[in-house]
Amino acid sequence: MKSETSKVITTPLVANNPITLQILGICSALAVTSSLKTALLMAVALTTVTAFSNASISAIRNHIPSSIRIIVQMTIIASLVIVVDQLMKAYAFSTAKQLSVFVGLIITNCIVMGRAEAYAMQNPPGMSFLDGIGNGLGYSLILIIVAVIRELSGSGSLLGYEIFTLVKNGGWYEPNGLMLLPPSAFFIIGMLIWVIRTRYPEQCEVHDFKIHEKHGLGNR
Amino acid sequence: MEAMLSLFIKAVFIENMALTFFLGMCTFIAISKKIETAVGLGIAVVIVQAITVPANNLILNVFLKDSALLQGVDLRFLGLISYIAVIAAIVQVLEMVLDKFVPSLYQALGVFLPLITVNCAILGGALFMVERDYTFAESVVYGFGSGFSWMLAIVVLAGVRERLKYSDVPAGLQGLGIIFITVGLMSLGFMSFSGIQL
Repeated sequence: MKSETSKVITTPLVANNPITLQILGICSALAVTSSLKTALLMAVALTTVTAFSNASISAIRNHIPSSIRIIVQMTIIASLVIVVDQLMKAYAFSTAKQLSVFVGLIITNCIVMGRAEAYAMQNPPGMSFLDGIGNGLGYSLILIIVAVIRELSGSGSLLGYEIFTLVKNGGWYEPNGLMLLPPSAFFIIGMLIWVIRTRYPEQCEVHDFKIHEKHGLGNR
Repeated sequence: MEAMLSLFIKAVFIENMALTFFLGMCTFIAISKKIETAVGLGIAVVIVQAITVPANNLILNVFLKDSALLQGVDLRFLGLISYIAVIAAIVQVLEMVLDKFVPSLYQALGVFLPLITVNCAILGGALFMVERDYTFAESVVYGFGSGFSWMLAIVVLAGVRERLKYSDVPAGLQGLGIIFITVGLMSLGFMSFSGIQL
């Protein structure tokens, strides 16, 4: 039992990461990572929502008729997101303003729905809660890595504290403005996937078409 | 009229739903293998977006706004749950209407129609409409424009991916990795529209 519990939490971190392998919840992963502070807040919000929605959906899973299960799940998730949204507006107003519509978009974040559908509908509440935490942490991990790379190279700071002294403040670091723009998020996640799949080769996708050696690339 | 046109151009090119705000990424990446399916899904998104954004605008103005329903009652905290309910309901109704009156289109759209409920571009459109305080007429134009922007992006990506499958990609980058980098380059291309002054 002990080992199963830890497996539920640790496999989504790298080996079965929701973003890089399951292709879930990418929208917000890209949009909120231009600074570490917004990324952290988003990670906490999503982990909370996933854990509690998993637990509550799993608790009533035997009473949900399968034809209306999506609506039931959606209602539970939307209510949890409203609670999180209101809490954020009360305690972290300026960061919540920066996140703008992306807090609301947790409702349609595929991680929450995907885990509810794939795990919580078949498993008891306790384990579903842990599965929610595990997947939330896997999401948070990618978010934090991307946000650290983007904020550090894009503005030379982390959480608003200056790490590299900028040229305009008499230092040496010239900030790379591209890192703060949308395209860089795509590149960084693409590269991260490459790194993870080099470490875990079994995650690689197979070619649709095999290129034969003799047809060209062989004698390069 | 001119203001509406510039709102449309802005929604399609400068603030592209998929490439600037990263909305609807999951379906964007999962269902862009072939141009035909991408076009089908794109049309479905345009239709749903053009109906739900104005509908949510009405919900906001008639029911949720401060003192709109009852004097002194502000129901805006119920926004999220009502928008998603409106979207789910409209998608369901649209599915039934298409099945009854335009069965050929219904067949073509297939499973994509119900999937749209959980596409974040749709809810995102509604939330942007709320945040920017659009009037009803503006919300019609914005809904159509933002849906069209998403369709444009997914069709272009599908075109690139149809070519990409014959290329020799490093093993670890095959599939998801190379798609991200392709989308990054497309997004870089769309950045060039951000200089347009309207």
